[in-house]
Amino acid sequence: MKNRHLSSTLLRTLVWLAAGITAAVMLCLVAYILIKGIPNLKPSLFSFQYTSENASMMPAIINTLIVVGLTLLAAVPLGVFSAIYLTEYSKRGSRLVTIVRMTAETLSGIPSIVYGLFGYLVFNVTLGMGYSLLAGIFTLTIMVLPTIMRTTEEALKAVPDMYREGSFGLGAGRLRTVFRIILPAAAPGILSGVILAIGRMVGETAALIFTAGTVTGVAKGLLSSGRTLSVHMYALLNEGLYMDEAYATAVMLLILVAGLNALSGLAAKRFENNT
Amino acid sequence: MMKLKEAGMKYIFMLAACISIAAVVFICLFLFGSGIPAMLKIGVGDFLSGTRWKPLNELFGILPMIAGSIYVTAGAIVIGVPIGILTAIFMARFCPAKLHKLLKPAIDLMAGIPSVVYGFFGLVVLVPMVRNLFGGSGKSILTASIMLGIMILPTIISTAEASLRAVPDSYYEGALALGATHERSVFTILVPAAKSGITSGIILGVGRAIGETMAVVMVAGNQAVMPGSLLDGVRTLTANIVLEMGYAADLHREALFATAVVLFVFILIINVSFSLLRKEKSK
Repeated sequence: MKNRHLSSTLLRTLVWLAAGITAAVMLCLVAYILIKGIPNLKPSLFSFQYTSENASMMPAIINTLIVVGLTLLAAVPLGVFSAIYLTEYSKRGSRLVTIVRMTAETLSGIPSIVYGLFGYLVFNVTLGMGYSLLAGIFTLTIMVLPTIMRTTEEALKAVPDMYREGSFGLGAGRLRTVFRIILPAAAPGILSGVILAIGRMVGETAALIFTAGTVTGVAKGLLSSGRTLSVHMYALLNEGLYMDEAYATAVMLLILVAGLNALSGLAAKRFENNT
Repeated sequence: MMKLKEAGMKYIFMLAACISIAAVVFICLFLFGSGIPAMLKIGVGDFLSGTRWKPLNELFGILPMIAGSIYVTAGAIVIGVPIGILTAIFMARFCPAKLHKLLKPAIDLMAGIPSVVYGFFGLVVLVPMVRNLFGGSGKSILTASIMLGIMILPTIISTAEASLRAVPDSYYEGALALGATHERSVFTILVPAAKSGITSGIILGVGRAIGETMAVVMVAGNQAVMPGSLLDGVRTLTANIVLEMGYAADLHREALFATAVVLFVFILIINVSFSLLRKEKSK
């Protein structure tokens, strides 16, 4: 009897210890970056012109906004439409659906460096775009597609069948039902997934470094190169001359990701209350 | 008119769904198309089992990189899996509700932190730590393993927690009713019942570890030689690509694509085992 309690105590200790380690690592990471980084957030870092003196991250922030915005423009309709097909139109167990699911799963497992090489081969070399924002945008679109697809699918599935039946019963067609009834009901759930995808784009480096390239200024157009914030940070570290600026960039990235996560959580909560 | 619109949109949705199929096909075509000719030119055996990577001397052996990827991934499993699973068990069955409300977003945040930021943290915190504790340069298999172990934690925790929560309460209550303690019920009944979910979490984590690039490049040292000990520097497949892609040309560049092919095959193996496991679970 005593022995058994001993093993229970041991297990309990282990479990608490592991959770403690996880929490401590997390706390260390965030605290370290904030403490070291916040004092380095100088106004010169937000100057619109990058020079080798200020190592400003503002151009990178602007590039990031452009890349994220345009990638969403392509990836959201594609992802949402795919999910609509999978949940609302396809017959259960149809072969096409199985293949689409399988390939989407494969896509979500491919490492970003492989996407980077693929994007480089297709967009930069074969299609002759060179290092350009557009090449980066196309690469990221393929990369975040499975995320948007999966979360949209889950959101659509969570909409009760009652809604569909009610809409059909009132004489609406399938298309009308999808756009007027199901999508509005699923919108916060979809949004939560889209925001997560934004987080992934903001944090992406390996897929962009060989597609969008590493030019420091604001990209002059979609066909010229420009670095996003994460690539900017990697480049700073690689050059090794701008440690303070790198700390500050890390803070920016951390704040962005934390903000996006919070937004995504809010949307998800709203969705749970809705359905 | 209405009918036309209905039918038309249906095909548009279907077309969108086919994009992921097209993407996979194109990725395979382009990657294998540029990697495999290089492999044949170098010689498949020389490429996969050669231990010397000296692009200037036309020596392209990637065994050190394959070994490097496997070592750091194994290290990440040793460090990340026990902590991850135990934390998941904690979150599912031991954690007070209030603490859970704090811990869950923290773990989600951990999943979202960009790999450059992890790499940076590794560079300025872990590398000096390992250097002070064990000597050497600090950039080593050990450092990379710790780094990756941390990075796969959120993947393992979220998946394992979800699968532990999916086990019906009656299992746990039954065990309690038979006189088992809370801990015993959790570890001998719940955990085995959630086994397949926990395993898929581990597989996902392995996929993330082997594909991780930016964080590893900063802490692993990147020497393209067979490592002799845990404290030696090592270069992974991913690092090999990202380090040399910027300036490589001709056969050297193609050899890097071939490196990506090897990496891709690793990932495919991991994916297939993941979906096999899923299938077994749904049975």
